[in-house]
Amino acid sequence: MDVEILSRLQFAGTIMFHYLFPPLSIGLGLQLFLCELAYYRTRNPAWEAAARFWTRVFAVNFAMGVATGIVMEFEFGTNWAAYSRFVGDVFGSALAAEGIFAFFLESGFLAVLVFGWDRVGPKMHLFSTLMVSLGSMFSAVWIVIANSWQQTPAGYHIVWQDVQGEMMPRAEVTSFWGMVLNPSSVDRLTHTLMGAFVLGAFFVASVCSYYLLRNRHHDVAKRCLSIALPTALAFTLLSAITGHDSAQKLVETQPAKLAAMEAHFHTSDQPTGLTLFGWPDAENETVKFGVKVPYLLSLMVYNDPTKPVPGMDQIPEDERPPVWLPFQMFHLMVGLGTLMIGVAGLACWFWYRGTLIEKRWLLWAVVFMPIAAMTANQAGWITAEVGRQPWIVYPSVQDGVEMMGLKTADGLSESVTAQQVLSSIILFSIIYSLLFAVWVFVLNNKIQHGPESAEELTQYKRKLKKESMAENFSRSGKALGGDMLDGGEQ
Amino acid sequence: MNYELLTFIWFLLLGVLLTGYAILDGFDLGVGILHPFIAKDDRERRLVMNSIGPLWDGNEVWLVTFGGALFAAFPVAYATVFSSFYTAFYLLLTCLIGRAVSLEFRSKVHSPTWRKVWDVGFFLSSFTAAFLLGVAGGNVMAGMELGPKYEYQGNLLSQIYWYPLMVGCLTVSLFALHGAIFLYLKTEDELQDRIRKVITKLFYVFAVLYLVVSVATFVHVPHATENIANYPILWIVPLLNALAVLNIPRAMHLGKPGYAFFTSSMVIAALATLFSVAIFPNFMLSTLDPAYNVTLDNARSSQGTLQTMLIIAVIGMPCVASYTVIIYWIFRGKVKLDSNSY
Repeated sequence: MDVEILSRLQFAGTIMFHYLFPPLSIGLGLQLFLCELAYYRTRNPAWEAAARFWTRVFAVNFAMGVATGIVMEFEFGTNWAAYSRFVGDVFGSALAAEGIFAFFLESGFLAVLVFGWDRVGPKMHLFSTLMVSLGSMFSAVWIVIANSWQQTPAGYHIVWQDVQGEMMPRAEVTSFWGMVLNPSSVDRLTHTLMGAFVLGAFFVASVCSYYLLRNRHHDVAKRCLSIALPTALAFTLLSAITGHDSAQKLVETQPAKLAAMEAHFHTSDQPTGLTLFGWPDAENETVKFGVKVPYLLSLMVYNDPTKPVPGMDQIPEDERPPVWLPFQMFHLMVGLGTLMIGVAGLACWFWYRGTLIEKRWLLWAVVFMPIAAMTANQAGWITAEVGRQPWIVYPSVQDGVEMMGLKTADGLSESVTAQQVLSSIILFSIIYSLLFAVWVFVLNNKIQHGPESAEELTQYKRKLKKESMAENFSRSGKALGGDMLDGGEQ
Repeated sequence: MNYELLTFIWFLLLGVLLTGYAILDGFDLGVGILHPFIAKDDRERRLVMNSIGPLWDGNEVWLVTFGGALFAAFPVAYATVFSSFYTAFYLLLTCLIGRAVSLEFRSKVHSPTWRKVWDVGFFLSSFTAAFLLGVAGGNVMAGMELGPKYEYQGNLLSQIYWYPLMVGCLTVSLFALHGAIFLYLKTEDELQDRIRKVITKLFYVFAVLYLVVSVATFVHVPHATENIANYPILWIVPLLNALAVLNIPRAMHLGKPGYAFFTSSMVIAALATLFSVAIFPNFMLSTLDPAYNVTLDNARSSQGTLQTMLIIAVIGMPCVASYTVIIYWIFRGKVKLDSNSY
């Protein structure tokens, strides 16, 4: 295989693995903050037990996000050196802003969040939780801006530079805010954040439903559900709205992607229908086994059922993205989104009626929703990234001037060999498989162990106060649950 | 602001980020290197790990921010450095992942085998990360086989020879010493006594390597001293460096471990400054033809971007400094185990 395919596989693999964790951190961070806010307002130890429990879950996930995120930052330089030289002026500032504004905030206050429970007061702890939660969102802000700029570039021009006798192009920023607020960054950011909030809300709802089904930790589970279910419903609805906004913009900014997502091969002057599902065949430009609703795509895109939508045939042949993958992933995402709205809606309704606990089938459905949310996040990412091929940076028109883009194939590091990329893929496949197994194992351990009860926690704190020194406690101490001290080994 | 000045400011700021990283992550890498040799039982191992528990993650962010800032300010240098060190960087990334998860997962399961596995992982990844950073530094000092259009023409094997390997050993010994002094500050009783003995031994190892690498640099990397020869005022850097090295045993002898830690931080800062002085005005030297060097001028971003980034840095860095101070303040004092520890 050649370097391009391997580098693309490597990037796709490492970023998809990475993208399992940040959305969960962002979503869980918000839930954790809400829990802790409830504790701060009520001073009820059950809320504290819940917040301490979610902190432990959050920490495991956060560590995975950090560990896999560092890889992403350096991969641009290692595998995509030509791309890095082309976009460094633009992309680099977003990445550096992420480091300075987001990472330091998250990692600093994470220490207080995780290790500070018995060291700082509730107010400082709540503040730290807020900072970590905000930090993880800021991080999303800058990364989504950087990504959006590549899809709908703005605020830049192309400069030709003499590199040892050869003229080479690169993008230079002309307007920082133009770059930041490029045509798709706001829609893309809100949709990405909503996806993360949905995942976090369903994750909490899932664990709590599981406890109710197993008849454990009733108090904490019910409390957390009262936050998680309504937020899950609100965010699934909001992500449908933001997703719709994002898709509508595509007809202007990335018509090729829209055509691929909808497997819309042929433009006509008739209103365009929406293919609900099917099996696109790009070679023959047809959709096998397709079910089509007339007028619907025109209506969705233009808010006008009669205006035809441009199809794949409007795109030069060498600039067409693959169709099958974006089509299926987009439809999978929309399908799962609808399913999640349904489940969240029903769960909220029965919660409101006070009969959710009797509806075991519904609780089981909620238990599995994080998988749906995670899959939808991944599917959305695949749609966005595969749908923009063959461009790594889209060409754009600014003030009537056509700006050149960069094709993925032209972004590679010339000095890197297929052999090197292949060995790094093998190395990382092994490491990531192990990591994934350990993450599932540890997460499962935490969930099976569950939160402390309010009494246990009150007792622990009383003891801590009495003996004042935590270490004495560890030496004399009976461990408080699996996550607490293991004094038994001395 | 003028373009040349901006470029130089960014070279300095990158130096600050790299120095910050080396000082901060230096001690936690050092703690990882010493961990299997110093701690006798599980409680001591946990004490050693928890001494850096709340801090290592924030320390590593300095590297991430250095990477982002290099990408933004000198994209050509970023692309060339990382693609040239392809395999070495993947190994480094493996180590950084390994460290993060070893720390995070070790205490999550009550099984001696489980813990032993993560202990080994923690040591190996800390040691290898420190060594690789040194090897990369040594290669950048000595120059690499850069061809036209900044494309690297060597391979992994041409990066592994006596000089970078020696710089790698120097880095490991320096971080181990720095980490040992940090541990001395964070521990008590018998464990602290043991660390005290280790500090003395580590100091001798480091001092010998320091001399050997200094001589080797004179012999093998003649361009390293050019800037100092041209601007004799710069002699102050190696001089202060040598004084700082000698001050470590003095401070320990005086019974001022905090001062010793400050001094070893200064040793790292001085070495990083020497490194910057030696390579300036280049990022990477080509051993094939000086025309292929990656320099400050041909690697930099546009003036507008450097300016915007400076504004970002001016707003961001005071915030960063204040969180760092707050976190180190909250977790000051001797390390204690509590219910939230690793």
